[in-house]
Amino acid sequence: MIGAFRTPSGGRIDRARPLRFSFDGRVHHGAAGDTLASALLANGVHLVGRSFKYHRRRGILGAAAEEPNALVTVTRDAARSTPNLRATQVELFQGLRADSQNRWPSLDHDASAVANLLAPLLPAGFYYKTFKFPAWAWRRLYEPAIRAAAGLGRAPAHPDPDRYAQRYAHCDVLVVGAGPAGLAAATLAAESGARVILCDEQAEMGGSLLAESAATIDGRPAQGWLAATLAALARHPRVTLLARTTAFGCFAGNMVALDERVTDHLAAPTPGLPRQRLWLVRARQVVVAAGALERPLVFPHNDRPGIMLADAARTYLMRYGVRVGRRAVVATAHDSAYDAALALHAAGVAIAAIADQRPTPGAAAERVRAAGIAVRSGCVVATTGGRQRVAWAGLMPAGGGATEPVPCDTLLICGGWTPSVHLVSQARGALRFAPETQAFVPDRPVPGQHPAGACRGVFGLAAALADGAAAGEAASRATGHGGARPWRGAVSGDTAWTGGGAPGLAPGVGAGRAFVDFQNDVTAKDVQLATREGFRAIEHVKRYTTAGMATDQGKTANLNTLGIAAAALARPMAEVGLTTFRMPYTPVPFGSLAGAARGDLLDPVRRTPLHDRAAALGAVFEDVGQWRRARFFPRSGEDMAAAVARECRAVRTGAGLFDASTLGKIEVAGPDAARFLDRFYASAVAALPTGRCRYAVLCREDGFIMDDGIIARLAADRFHVTTTTGGAARVLAMMEDYLQTEWPELEAWVTSVTEQWAVLAVQGPRARAVLAPLVDGVDLGTFVHMRMAEGRVAGAPARLMRVSFTGETGFEVNVPADFGPAVWDATLAAGQAHGLTPYGTEAMHVLRAEKGYIVVGQDTDGTVTPDDAGLGWTVGRAKADFVGRRSLARAAMAAPGRRQLVGLLTEDGMRTLEEGAQLVADPHEGPPMRVLGHVSSAYHSATLGHPIALALLTDGRARTGERLFVAMPEGAVPVRVTSPVFYDPEGARLHG
Amino acid sequence: MAELLRTLPLADFAPLTGRPVRLVAAAPAARFVLRARGPAAAAAAPALGTPLPAIACRAAVAGELAALWLGPDEWLLLAPAAAGAALHARLVAALGGMAHALTDIGHRQGAMLLSGPAATATLNAGCPLDFDPEAFPVGMCTRTVLARAEVVLWRTGAEAFRIEAGRSFLPYVWRFLEEAATASAAA
Repeated sequence: MIGAFRTPSGGRIDRARPLRFSFDGRVHHGAAGDTLASALLANGVHLVGRSFKYHRRRGILGAAAEEPNALVTVTRDAARSTPNLRATQVELFQGLRADSQNRWPSLDHDASAVANLLAPLLPAGFYYKTFKFPAWAWRRLYEPAIRAAAGLGRAPAHPDPDRYAQRYAHCDVLVVGAGPAGLAAATLAAESGARVILCDEQAEMGGSLLAESAATIDGRPAQGWLAATLAALARHPRVTLLARTTAFGCFAGNMVALDERVTDHLAAPTPGLPRQRLWLVRARQVVVAAGALERPLVFPHNDRPGIMLADAARTYLMRYGVRVGRRAVVATAHDSAYDAALALHAAGVAIAAIADQRPTPGAAAERVRAAGIAVRSGCVVATTGGRQRVAWAGLMPAGGGATEPVPCDTLLICGGWTPSVHLVSQARGALRFAPETQAFVPDRPVPGQHPAGACRGVFGLAAALADGAAAGEAASRATGHGGARPWRGAVSGDTAWTGGGAPGLAPGVGAGRAFVDFQNDVTAKDVQLATREGFRAIEHVKRYTTAGMATDQGKTANLNTLGIAAAALARPMAEVGLTTFRMPYTPVPFGSLAGAARGDLLDPVRRTPLHDRAAALGAVFEDVGQWRRARFFPRSGEDMAAAVARECRAVRTGAGLFDASTLGKIEVAGPDAARFLDRFYASAVAALPTGRCRYAVLCREDGFIMDDGIIARLAADRFHVTTTTGGAARVLAMMEDYLQTEWPELEAWVTSVTEQWAVLAVQGPRARAVLAPLVDGVDLGTFVHMRMAEGRVAGAPARLMRVSFTGETGFEVNVPADFGPAVWDATLAAGQAHGLTPYGTEAMHVLRAEKGYIVVGQDTDGTVTPDDAGLGWTVGRAKADFVGRRSLARAAMAAPGRRQLVGLLTEDGMRTLEEGAQLVADPHEGPPMRVLGHVSSAYHSATLGHPIALALLTDGRARTGERLFVAMPEGAVPVRVTSPVFYDPEGARLHG
Repeated sequence: MAELLRTLPLADFAPLTGRPVRLVAAAPAARFVLRARGPAAAAAAPALGTPLPAIACRAAVAGELAALWLGPDEWLLLAPAAAGAALHARLVAALGGMAHALTDIGHRQGAMLLSGPAATATLNAGCPLDFDPEAFPVGMCTRTVLARAEVVLWRTGAEAFRIEAGRSFLPYVWRFLEEAATASAAA
């Protein structure tokens, strides 16, 4: 038993494959090929949800993407629960569990339905008008209550266990929509040899052909032609067919985003399969064959269960073998409803009456009358009745008069058709109002885009096929393909529509509880109120009333809203205009947009060649950009402060080992390498002898410090340059920029070697003793501060530098990365006798701050010149030019009042300052207080036994010795301004 | 002194040996970036056994050596690890006195080999390029992005690619391809 309302035969469902499913806990049966909506209707279930604002009972309105009412939650398990799915798009599978939303305790008895009784008190703008006073109540009372009441459905509390995939794709012709126009376009494009992607949002391709029974194409029944056409397309090697795939956004350059639902329709998805796949298609040409959506009629109480779009009812009958009721009234403003009436009549549904609001219905009325169905022209529905479902329709002469209740269990409505111009509009295609169809259609074509068929107002099977064929031909020709056979596609049995349609309120009926936007519970009265309150622009009317702002984005609502607003403003619809079409066309899960970028694939985690060695020693790591660096190496029982203090002491008294591999490294080579670096860096490089290192500062054009590092000369024409960890890519790009655009005459090239070298910094008074037994080919006896040499360390080819970021005797050992761990092991072993202690970035920071060495980006902020940072001595003032020189020469750059790097000592010698804290002269000064600077680095120095800080201070060097205050959370802390060099100011220890 | 132990960045990753997609770490290689113009670029040919490719984004192969065009004056040279020192010596000799930059990047990056019928679909999970044989024929190479990493892609066969990536990006690239392969292979 697959439903009491199922026809004995017909439709595309597989009656031999019954499927069990539950809705709100009640078990029903449907058939393979059903949607949840068709299966519910087959079981006589029309009431499927409660409306958003007034909690009114709602039924299934449509049969596809436009559905505003039948939003359900489909649950597989605790983590796999998807709210707000349109029952019309949920494919049935064995065991499907769906639940209605926005009701408590049950769909039949919903406590919040009291809102419906209060509806007259809840007009458009209700929140803005009501929750203004008293002001304190907003945060404590109103907002929490509104938030609790708002929202549809419930997001699962567990992490999403499903896999989501993404794929870039390219094609000559992307065809969106596999209805008659899309199929014709894809066929012609495929036959021309073009690469084609054809996508369609439904489970089966075919669009309106899936519900077509009368027409023949090329002498074959429509559905036979459909099967043959799809089979032919599937055989083309250069055609990709994507069913269940919604083109939801069109971006610049014909980049179209598609969302493919891969496993949502499967009872037991194959492991590994992604649930959904996001396709990013770069199409040379796009054929938009997105079809059209039927519009409801707007009259009071047009939202009861059992009130349905007429063509949806026909679709349920023809495609799913479902009679949506026993006795139907049809209300229409368009010919297409007559086709629905005839089809339902033939299937045994009594048609109580057809109310056509037009004074003279089209030719279709005659065919219907011939079948014995009463047609009332110039007649509208004034109201409806019924509790769980519509029980009668009150028919009234258009414009006003007596209302006659006509009993029915189904009311089919049709206000005309709205072309789906979303992708055209998103591609910035202009639209124009077409009076003949009372809808907006594409105007001037967007380059590379070809609207075809119903989405550009071309209705009827024969016309749509021909239009699609022409679009497919034009699109493939534009990609250099052509020569397809001319389109034949002779059609018979097609019924012609003389159209019409009338967006807006049905003539003569009331506006209260006449719903325009079913999902957001917006009535015609709300729209009229908005215009009375002065909203004239349609975008403002939309935002004030929220019409068209629900998850369906007003697919059934927007044109009626416009019709009502235009009537209220007494302006033509074409002039009032349409709201913007925004992506996504239908909701897309966040999972699809995120794809694989979650967990360890959220962002690359870069580990150094020595990472595993540090981890084995129990290092605690920190993230520095994408890098993961060892922060400190706690021994048992140590917290960070204790570990850092111990590590600092080891470096100051013995030797420490530090992984400096993340330092940016650039090899600069070529005959003009020295000339290039001399122009690039603020420091003088040209005269640097081979085998020597120099500290160098890099400025931007504006003269402010951008980066710093060590330049080591390997040979006359080759340098090894280091950068900050974070600046590596930036500096390399800037070097390439200058070489390519400013100084193309220079024969010098730059190559990143950051990752070529593992860097082990051995620092401390015993550093030389540690390294001595490991070094080959370099005489450490004469290897004084700022020397560099190539040799071997622990057997590995090495670039050895005598440099220090700690103020102690220091070596940086560069070895090819893969040898890093072996050299680390050898160094630790050799250092054992000397107490060699691994230290992390935290100790490194303390040690360098004790020496007043800056960290670019921490002690500089993009407005600090070399002189501000106390690095004026590094600038090669005798040089003819360097990047930033002209800026540094400006008078303002040397004027008083600049912030300069200083040291700070707290008076109590106890409190460590907070980085970023502000410096003031008088803590009692009233606002606005004059801020003199800020703390840039602050640590507790174990070596000195008290906290230290670096700060940028206005006229800082001249204030040495002054007493200032630092604003800390607990109050102003008095500090004394000092030199930024706290330890070994003479630098004697560097040369040990 | 004993042979120094080399720690390879992809040593911990088990090869993917499925039918639609295979992913294995490439053998350690010698790599150099050669930057040169005009006559210097031409002078490298005897040392390589092939002229440097002059067409953008194409690789030239001579036995086990390969030169990949990465820019108008930039080539990535690949050779078996054991052949690196000799290649370096030949190039230094051939280019002596001519303006050029030859930089050893053998340890800077690593490589993996991706192959199988779903190889292009797997790459397209994170790479926006068109891998149609007309757009990206065998022998084509380019520096591009794969998800959030920079890579050099070289199509070595109809269904085979070599993917070079910076050392610290290799685990990310591998895991991304593994994930993408699972999603593509099942399609």
